[in-house]
Amino acid sequence: MTTDLTWIDTALKSARPQAVAALLRYFRGDLDRAEEAFQEACLRALQNWPEKGPPRDPAAWLIFVGRNSGIDDARRKQKHVALPEDDSLTDGEDVQDDMAERLDGAQYRDDILRLLFICCHPDLPNTQQIALALRIVSGLTVAEIASAFLVSESAMEQRITRAKRRIGEAGTEFATPGAADRTERLGVVAAMLYLLFNEGYSASGGEAHIRQPLCNEAIRLARLLLRLFPSEAEVMGLTALMLLQHARAAARLDEHGEIILLEDQDRSRWDAELIHEGLALLDKALRHKQPGPMQVQAAIAALHARAAKPEDTDWPQIVQLYTTLERMQPSPVIALNRAVAVSKAESPEAALDMIEPLGPALANYFYFFGVKGALLQQIGRDDEARVAFDRAIALARTPAEAAHIRRHLDQLSKTA
Amino acid sequence: MLYAILCYNDEATVEAWPKAKDDAVIAKRRIVTDKLAEQGKLGPILRLMNTTAATTVRYGAEPVVIDGPFAETKEQLLGLYVIDVASLEEAVEVARGMAGRNGDGGSGAFEIRPLRAFIPDTVKRETMIS
Repeated sequence: MTTDLTWIDTALKSARPQAVAALLRYFRGDLDRAEEAFQEACLRALQNWPEKGPPRDPAAWLIFVGRNSGIDDARRKQKHVALPEDDSLTDGEDVQDDMAERLDGAQYRDDILRLLFICCHPDLPNTQQIALALRIVSGLTVAEIASAFLVSESAMEQRITRAKRRIGEAGTEFATPGAADRTERLGVVAAMLYLLFNEGYSASGGEAHIRQPLCNEAIRLARLLLRLFPSEAEVMGLTALMLLQHARAAARLDEHGEIILLEDQDRSRWDAELIHEGLALLDKALRHKQPGPMQVQAAIAALHARAAKPEDTDWPQIVQLYTTLERMQPSPVIALNRAVAVSKAESPEAALDMIEPLGPALANYFYFFGVKGALLQQIGRDDEARVAFDRAIALARTPAEAAHIRRHLDQLSKTA
Repeated sequence: MLYAILCYNDEATVEAWPKAKDDAVIAKRRIVTDKLAEQGKLGPILRLMNTTAATTVRYGAEPVVIDGPFAETKEQLLGLYVIDVASLEEAVEVARGMAGRNGDGGSGAFEIRPLRAFIPDTVKRETMIS
């Protein structure tokens, strides 16, 4: 037997969402018990698998062993009954033959969706939804999550505990969802996964390498969701969107961790494989003719990805897509993005007219003033541009954002 | 004799490999394939995209287009085509066009998978089966 046991880690990690999700169903929504049972099953796997080799279906093995250990655990607490002999629980082949018929794909599918969905409880702030998903579904340690969110471990521990309590109070719906419910849940989960992705994607400077794993995890979960729901166009769109954006990761920051705008990026550093996969998934999604916000955003990302040079970008098409997106999800931020596209497709003046009415809604939004300043600068209204940039710096959330605006201000003082 | 070597592994596991590990695996295999290429014994190498990018055209009485990979186990892999078309729609049309041409009313499936990588062959054309 080789000593390299990383295959066990990999197998446990990839079986986790399915196993925890099924255990949650067995334990009627008791998250802590489901997690403990999974941990117990992992320990047994570490004892058993090196010798006996991997079971045919690791998730089924873990669910079966976890469920029994959970039951034992409960029994032991009540009556102090000794554990049964290990062999009766952990003989891989018997376990699988026994389980094979009882665990069918459809049930797994709804289990995993349910597990992701309970993390999206509407009372939980977005950051808690994401933290919870990373802890429960992905199995990241509290320390890993804390470092990704740049907070202390104890603060993250508290957040997760609070979030779990909130979910426990709310109770979990175990009825098999109908088609409409399922689609709605998928939409909520897709939005959460995209938030998770953006949490990693918007990182810059020293944080970038710490937070990059969040993007990878979001993509991994999106692929999992897509494997479970292969005909959902929005899940294809979500996966495509993430892949197309992630493809630009290497070109997005300079050596000092400062943001490089799309039009200034070295496009040869974009990851062609990820782009191709993103385009293939989007192509597949569009055949369904069930448009949704994820697909529209992916289509916008695809138009950028397809342009070999910035000047090849199909801006009129991007304006149209933002118009569609705004109709689906009216929001001043999307209107602002549309204005940026209009500034390229038509003129900075037209874009300025469009963003004027957004002022009150985006009074505290960094990008609003960044865009406004840049548009004013383009048409030579330097004094007004300076006012907008000053406001943007005041609203910057990261040093990289502030540094980016400062470069604009430097250009202005040179031309003054 | 021409041989095809089909690669099987657990997709979720391979997908979870960090890029460095993936590169290392490819590099190890290239020790073999580079040598074959020098000897003119290497045909095209293709790497398929994830099964999530797959679309299956099932044929029987009527061709049916299904999202996802071919999932049955009672049929065997009998062959493959590589085509270069503009969109999945076009690829589906090609598969539909070939479906049901057996004339015996039999059933089967074409799984359409975009290619992740394609390295053209070094084998001399004249050695190919015509």
